[in-house]
This record gives sequence, C-alpha cells and structure tokens, in this order.
Amino acid sequence: MAEPAELAGPEDPAVLVGGTGATRDVDRTGPVQTAGARPPGAVRTYLMLVRMWTRASWQYPTSLLLLTATQLLATTMDFATILIVFAHTRSLAGFPLAGVMFLYGTSATAFGLADLAIGNVDRLGRHIRLGTFDVMLVRPASALAQLAAEEFSPRRVGKLATALPVLAVALTLMPVRWDAGRVLAVPVMVGAATLIYAALWIIFSTTQFVAGDSPELLNTVVAGGSFLTQYPLAIYGREVVRGLTWVVPLAFVNWQPALYVLGRPDPFGLPAALRFASPGVALVLTALAALAWRAGIRHYRSTGS
Amino acid sequence: MPLIELSGVDKTFTVRRRTGRLRRARQVVRAVGDLSFTVDAGELVAYIGPNGAGKSTTVKMLTGILVPSAGRVRVDGLDPARQRRELAGRVGVVFGQRTTLWWDLPLRDSFDLLRRLYRITPSRYRANLDRYVDLLELGPLLATPVRQLSLGQRMRGDLTAALLHDPVILYLDEPTIGLDVTSKAAVRAFLAEMNRDRGTTILLTTHDLDDVERLCRRVMVIDNGRLGFDGDLTALRAHAAAERTLVVDLLAPAPPIELPGARVVRVDGPRQWLSFPAETRAAPLVAAVMERYPVADIALREPDIADVVARLYAESSRRA
Repeated sequence: MAEPAELAGPEDPAVLVGGTGATRDVDRTGPVQTAGARPPGAVRTYLMLVRMWTRASWQYPTSLLLLTATQLLATTMDFATILIVFAHTRSLAGFPLAGVMFLYGTSATAFGLADLAIGNVDRLGRHIRLGTFDVMLVRPASALAQLAAEEFSPRRVGKLATALPVLAVALTLMPVRWDAGRVLAVPVMVGAATLIYAALWIIFSTTQFVAGDSPELLNTVVAGGSFLTQYPLAIYGREVVRGLTWVVPLAFVNWQPALYVLGRPDPFGLPAALRFASPGVALVLTALAALAWRAGIRHYRSTGS
Repeated sequence: MPLIELSGVDKTFTVRRRTGRLRRARQVVRAVGDLSFTVDAGELVAYIGPNGAGKSTTVKMLTGILVPSAGRVRVDGLDPARQRRELAGRVGVVFGQRTTLWWDLPLRDSFDLLRRLYRITPSRYRANLDRYVDLLELGPLLATPVRQLSLGQRMRGDLTAALLHDPVILYLDEPTIGLDVTSKAAVRAFLAEMNRDRGTTILLTTHDLDDVERLCRRVMVIDNGRLGFDGDLTALRAHAAAERTLVVDLLAPAPPIELPGARVVRVDGPRQWLSFPAETRAAPLVAAVMERYPVADIALREPDIADVVARLYAESSRRA
C-alpha cells in the first residue's frame, strides 16, 4: 500500500485526511452491520415508487386530468371505430356486436392494465443513453421495478375508462349460458392477457440493450398487435392468424379463450385445447421475459463516462 | 483483507463498424487490460487518467454495472457482477455528470425515497440527514426540486444521497467537475471529513489535479486500460522524473547561467528559469548561483502535479 505523502504544514491535505486506524475501526462497526440489511423485493419497490410518483403527479391536478382525458379519448376512438363498422353490418366474421365488444373489452382492459403497470419499461433505451439506467443499477432494488415505476403517472388509468365499461356491457349482452367454467374463464383470460402483454412489452424492450433507444419496434409489435386483437382474428385470414398463434402469440390474449366462452368452433380448425392454453402461454412468456432481461443486464455495455 | 481487490481484470467491447454499404467489421476494443490492484479499508485513493483511459469502466465493474470479460473482482468480499444488489447496499456512488436524485422531486422527497429503497432505519436516517444537511448547508434547499438546484447545490445533494445509508465505500466519478472554487472546497472538506471520521473508503476519479493534491495520499494512474502508476504523490513526482525550477532574477540581463546539474529553460530579460531533477538538493544550487552571479531575487518552484501527470501520459502513449 502507498505510504502517506511526506508533506507537512498546516495546509497540508495529507494531514487533514489523516487519522489513526484505531478510531476508524470503532466508527465502522456501527453503520456497516446495518448497511447489509436485505434489499426490498421487486414488488415492494415498485409499489413504493408508484405511490410516490402518483403523489407527485397530483401536484399538478389540471395537467393530470387533461392527460387522463387524452388517454380516454384515444381508446374511445378505437371503440367508436367498432361501432361505426357495426352501423353497416350486423356481424363481423360471424361475431355479433356483443361478441366483438367482448373481444375489444378483454384486449383493451388487459393492454390498459399492462400499460399502466409496466408501460414505462419502453424507456429503457432512453435511460441507457442518458446514463440514468446506471443509477438504477447501483441501488439495492430491482432495476426492472425501478424502470417500470419511474415517472409512473395515473393518467394511464384513462385507457381503462373505456375498456372496462365496454367489457361489462358485453358480458350482459352476450347470449352465453354462464356455467362455472365460463364465469371463471373471464377473469383468468384477462389476467393471462395482461401477463402476455406485459411479458411481450418487456421482451421487446430488452432489444434496446442492443439496438439502442428505439421503442418503435416495440410499439409496432405490441401496441399494434393489441389493436389487432380488438377484432375477431378470423377477419385477417389464415396466415396472419398462424403468425399470431405461433410467433407473437397474441391469439391467446382473447381470441382462443373467447372461442371457449362464446362456444364457437375455431374457423381455422385449430385444436380445441388451445382455448385453455392462455395461462400456460402467459407463464412461458413471463419466463422468457425474465431470461431476456437477465441476459440484457449481463451484456449491458453502459455508455461512455 | 483488502476491501477492493482486482486481479487480472479485462474488459473488452465488440464494436461493429460500417465498412461498406452493408458490410460491417467487428472490432474488439479493450477498455481495460490485465488490471490488478487492491484498496484497503479507510483509504482515500485518486484514480486518474486521460479521457477514455478506462476509469469509468473500472468503477462500473466495481459496482457490478459492467461484467468483466476476464479476471476477478471482489468488493467487500462480494462479486459485484453476481451480487450487485447486495453490494449496492454497502456502496455509495456519485456520478459527477448526472444526478442520482429524481429530477422533479424536492430534495427531501428524493432522500426519503432513498431511505426506503435502502431500508435505512428511521433513527439512522434522521441522524445522517441532520449531519449532512448541517455540513453541506442544505437546510434551505430541502424543499427545492432538484431541477432548480445549481450544479454545486445538486452535487451536495448527490453526496448526501450517496451517503445516507452509511456505505463502506464511496465511488466518486469526477465529483468536482464544473463546480466553482467555493463549492469545490466544500466538497473536498466534506469528503476528507467522511474519510477521517467514518473511515469511509473513497475512490475518486477526476481530471482536477487539485482534488488529488488536496485529498488523496494515494494515486493510481491508468492509461490505455493499464495501471501506469500506483503510489503516493511524492513517488509520482519522482516516477515521472519531474523537475523543480529555480527562478533567478539577476541585477541585469546576462547570458544563460551555466551550472552543473541544472539547465536554463527560459530567459526573459534579467529573469532566468533553471530546471533541475526533483531529487537534487536545492540549497547547493542556490549557493552556487549566488556566488557566481549578482542576484536580486530567487524563488524555488515545486513540480506542478499537472505537469507530472502530463509527462506520465505522454510517456505511456509513446510506449503504446
């Protein structure tokens, strides 16, 4: 080890920073033990940060309400499109209005929930570029939770403000015999769909570890994909449905389970077992998202100083 | 056992460069090569080197942000890349060029959030916050959003943020960059006090050699990813074959003074500058000049640390 500099004098910094090893050791025992306390879990970190950002966003209530209204308007337009289509036709690929409302309601609710919870993850590239991702990495809390919660704004609730009422109306209008299985299927499919969207959102966000600040791909695939699932997939044709089943499995968001709830045959003749595959697909995608995230962190290159 | 231990650490990046319309060439860039050093508990070490030398890469490997390509890193007994979050509770980091605080939140809220993220007990949080607020004069700023703070105020906020959880080690990446003289002095005094009173081990990277001269007993110089020097300031001066200078004011302009062991490097009217190796004793030289020439005044200049380091950098880039 280096020797103390052989300098002397009242203004000498070496003297200023000196001190005996003995007093140091005494001082160190106190703080160090407690500094090793277990870090908070990811969910806890997330909820804590979300609470804080929600409180912060209420400091500008007008701005918050306006932004929420904007989100509401955007999703309402999607639904208005469906109503306009049904002004000209009684059914779409064999689905009546109530059936399409059910598809819209489940897809939009799940997308709204996923977007509310972790929509901010698509800012990964920006955080990497600005170096703020480094800051998250040096804190003893889940970086993913911090990223998802950073600048959380309750305005995203606006997206749910159309989706939930539409879903509720659809459930009352649909000509379905509500047995136990079908009653259970609705919350399960919304839950699985939320996980599918969230997992895809994370998987596509992690491409920014390599591709830099480029949320466009993510938005095209996931946000664009969520728009597709607002309609019966049968209208897109066999090839598109094949892609949405086996490549980007958005068919499991609502199409497959809806076939079960509505008691309809699969227009493409796919096995009936797929109708119950959504929770499994959700879990597999969640596992893939976790792997993608870990791999991203492991190969993270940071930015120059 | 050393607190920080690096042995044979390499960090390489693969860079893809466009060479044609579609063709890309892969090129491996070595940011840090075969780096080994240790730092003991309670040390205050300067880690200096030119831009792109590998300083930040080293600090990022020590905090677990970057995974080393080869070699072994241990900080407080942990492997930073694998145990990043566990280690994070024991280290504090200050990035001079960016804040670890939340831009839109008042300082107080940022601190409170960190208290929860680091699970600091309320009593310890209170005690630490009171102490830092007092030392760094942050009292009037606690209600101010970070974006409204001046650079110097923000740095004081960042220092507090990095130390609320009583880290064992504090890494500072250019903590005085862009600060005015008063703020620099405040930051340096604070760091010296933390090191002395709490025994906090401090590793600081800097371009400001005043930081080094005023704070650090040990200096590590890194260049081209390799450790070029590791020792104290006196040794650094000797290592770079630094020279001291005798500034002689003669009574009248004269031809360059001729003395064995010294050489005139500059003449300006009656004033002449004589350089001689730092380890040569100055007294005999002064006596010799006084004896042979009519002298009005004489002054001795120590080698400037900036010159010393510049010499060292130049030397290593010649080797490279």
